[in-house]
Amino acid sequence: MAMSFESKGALRAGLAVGTATAAYGFSFGALSVAAGLTIWQTCVLSLFMFSGGSQFAVVGILASGGVSAGPAAIATSTFLGLRNGIYSLRIAPIIRGSWMKRIAAAQLTIDESTAVSVNQSSMHAQRVGFWATGLAVYIGWNLTTLMGALVGNLLGDVSKLGLDAVAAAAFVGLLWPRLRQLQAAVVAALAAVVATLLIPVAPPGVPVLAAAVVAVVVGFTNWFHRADPVGQPDDTSDPGDVMGMHLAEES
Amino acid sequence: MMSLWAVVLLASFGVFAIKLIGYLVPATLLARPTPTRIANLLTVAMLAALVAVQTLGVGQSLVVDARIPAVLIAAGLFALRVPYVVVVLIAGVVAVLLRNFGLMA
Repeated sequence: MAMSFESKGALRAGLAVGTATAAYGFSFGALSVAAGLTIWQTCVLSLFMFSGGSQFAVVGILASGGVSAGPAAIATSTFLGLRNGIYSLRIAPIIRGSWMKRIAAAQLTIDESTAVSVNQSSMHAQRVGFWATGLAVYIGWNLTTLMGALVGNLLGDVSKLGLDAVAAAAFVGLLWPRLRQLQAAVVAALAAVVATLLIPVAPPGVPVLAAAVVAVVVGFTNWFHRADPVGQPDDTSDPGDVMGMHLAEES
Repeated sequence: MMSLWAVVLLASFGVFAIKLIGYLVPATLLARPTPTRIANLLTVAMLAALVAVQTLGVGQSLVVDARIPAVLIAAGLFALRVPYVVVVLIAGVVAVLLRNFGLMA
């Protein structure tokens, strides 16, 4: 089938986003083995969980709390993944076909594939954008996870190498593009305070989980909502900068 | 106690199951402003809490060490739109240098 001009653009955007996110996969792989997961466990997270923020969270919480923080790690990664459920409501209507195809689409429903898809106007280009981005990110993410895990496995002492600082900076990088609106910035600040205050009194993993209360309260009441976003508007024309797109605000 | 494998598999199943929601339920049930806003803010809150814990926590203690300057520099570089890989590498190098010269733990 000949592709329209718009569909070709969607395909190119998908491949560009796939390349851009590959670097995150490498750092995830390295940090995961440094946290004590095996290379296999690291790769299974990228193959089956396939959602960057949630994967980093599992590894970060296991690194600080060990296996006893397992239930908190599971709950936190699930909370972090809830936005994917919202994305799937947007994507499901454009996916036609067998259940196998829809299950594959579900697994590929992440920030990047949703962002590229909803930025296309024709239904065909939306589909092309979704599948191209989802597959490009999936392949790139899993290959670089394996590479990062193999390299991380060769490195030794975490603290000596500064990998603990790398882990903290990695979370800053995941958070940063999501802070464009006042409401999000306020939630981030309050969540950080709640978690910090709970570190000495709660078992590892629980401080992060408890910070969810901030999101639920502010989200429910819609406090700190402002019509105009703080700082620059969402730059959706840049395919490498889709991590923090506020898809909800468009509907 | 759970094994590491159980944590990996249960967490993966949880995240995948959420992605399936939209393909199973009618959009009208959940595609409303409040659930959408809460889902997006949960991502922000969890990531911000993780930044705090990864920067200040060691087990159940609050610790001031080389991670703090590393994270502040990282935030500054992200604000300047420096690429992710470069920023995390610099954060690591800053921590290693501070520790090597005995300036911070």
